[in-house]
Amino acid sequence: MKQFLNLGNKDTRSGFGAGLLEAGKEDSNIVAMAADLASSVKMDAFAKEFPDRFFQCGIAEANMIGVASGLAIGGKTVFAGSFAEFVTGRVYDQIRQEVAYGNANVKVCASHAGLTLGEDGATHQTMEDIALMRALPGMVVINPCDYNQTKAATLAVAKYKGPVYLRFGRPAVPNFTPADQVFEIGKAITLNEGSDVTIFATGHLVWEGIQACQMLEDEGISAELIDIATIKPLDTEAVIASVKKTGAAVCAEEHNTAGGLGELICMTLATGYPAPVELVTGGDRFGQSGTPSELLKAYGLDAAHIAAAAKKAISRK
Amino acid sequence: MASIEELKKISSQVRRDIIRMVTGAKSGHPGGSMSSADFLTALYFGVMEHDPATWTRDGRGQDVFILSAGHLSPVYYSLLARSGYFPVSELGTFRHFGTRLQGHPSVDTGLKGVFQASGSLGQGLSAAAGFALEKKLDNDPKTVYTLLGDGECEEGQIWEAAMFCAHHKIDNMIAMVDWNNQQIDGNIDDVAGVGDLPEKWKVFGWTVLECDGHDFNEILKGFAAAKAELGKGKPVIIMMKSDMGHGVDFMAGTNAWHGKAPNEEQCKVALSQLEETLGDY
Repeated sequence: MKQFLNLGNKDTRSGFGAGLLEAGKEDSNIVAMAADLASSVKMDAFAKEFPDRFFQCGIAEANMIGVASGLAIGGKTVFAGSFAEFVTGRVYDQIRQEVAYGNANVKVCASHAGLTLGEDGATHQTMEDIALMRALPGMVVINPCDYNQTKAATLAVAKYKGPVYLRFGRPAVPNFTPADQVFEIGKAITLNEGSDVTIFATGHLVWEGIQACQMLEDEGISAELIDIATIKPLDTEAVIASVKKTGAAVCAEEHNTAGGLGELICMTLATGYPAPVELVTGGDRFGQSGTPSELLKAYGLDAAHIAAAAKKAISRK
Repeated sequence: MASIEELKKISSQVRRDIIRMVTGAKSGHPGGSMSSADFLTALYFGVMEHDPATWTRDGRGQDVFILSAGHLSPVYYSLLARSGYFPVSELGTFRHFGTRLQGHPSVDTGLKGVFQASGSLGQGLSAAAGFALEKKLDNDPKTVYTLLGDGECEEGQIWEAAMFCAHHKIDNMIAMVDWNNQQIDGNIDDVAGVGDLPEKWKVFGWTVLECDGHDFNEILKGFAAAKAELGKGKPVIIMMKSDMGHGVDFMAGTNAWHGKAPNEEQCKVALSQLEETLGDY
């Protein structure tokens, strides 16, 4: 299989921060907002470089989303950031009315998403956010896999006009995609070609998917790995084309089964090309404190679980 | 800018529009539309610098009005139509299938004059603050206006926005409260008790003005006083004292008509109390 070199562990939130700063330098129409977590969400470099284009809202996320909508309708490209739970579940109605229904050019930027947030525990480890954001008409949902991809996605989002949900995380994870990549919204990225099973993965679990491919190869199984960096709109064509080739699929995500990528892949295949699918998700549970690797193992989201799910999917062909 | 006599005529017609729209739709919110009809008429025809002919949704170069209390859509649509944003004949489509005049204001129907969707309460002040910041960033000297309900001030986001506006010295915006002391479940003091609203806004760092929301002399003076406070580093709010259902005797001063349409008979009685001045749609 194709080899992937870890260029060094880095947090995806810093990829966002670097992308935001670069986008801000390229386009003076970009403004950013934080709800007291500018440094945690890595918006501080932008805030320092462009103090007149940065608005600190304090611990008041609902107001932040509303102000963001006004700035956006007035003509700005607005990046509003906080922890994933606080910019989705807490402000779902504000995003629904003022950003999605209001069709405002607001980028909802969510750090600390998913189980790999780790020690903070369940109150902060949202695994429902993709479902919430996916359900909103017109909302683009992006969940990049590493530092470089998050930076590239941020730059792409800055050029896209319309509501976007951009999801990333806190822990330092392998950085393995090219630094010079151009992110295409809505395009699935085939990382490894295979013929026996397709592994669809998103976010931090893409790296687990790479390890799973290696494990499977050691057992003589050829796995295709597709990075679903854009969950909505889903690259339906790429999903179906791959499964037509492999005949079975696994989907891996740090998210509740309900409303996540796995459910979306199942729907896509059921209506487009029925095939056995195994889901690797957080189940229907809340998270808990622990290190990211402890949690991935405990919740069945690590490479070993993905590989086992792949074999199960193949056995159901 | 219209004279006081002209404003009175317009607001009478606007009230007729409100009654006829909600009767035609067999639903809608006449109570708050009637309590805010006078000062909003003054806003659209005597205060705001706006031009339907050159209107764009980004509000560039014009004053902007955000209706936070979106259920006041009848008065809003009537004023937009009477100002020339769209044909008055379209008022008859209010709340009907296929209309651009949705039950609560939307922006996906291409209706001119509407900047932001509203209906879920407590959000418009934040959006207005965003518009005001945007105008500052673009050196656009125009003013942003927004209307909140007094019951709406029970929403926590209002006070998040109140703090934000004071902290960021948003002084190119005039907020208004339709201060009728009624909400859908009854008298505000009985339902939830927002307490001393003017005092609350003051301690949140706002310049607070009060005026009689049904007396055009007072209303125009109130807006002039509010405008004089612009640019002084503090957000400005006018408490518009009003009566829910004002203008029709059986609808006035009660929460009963907050979200209920008159029947045909009641509509006739109501219209008999409101002079047709500009021609019904």
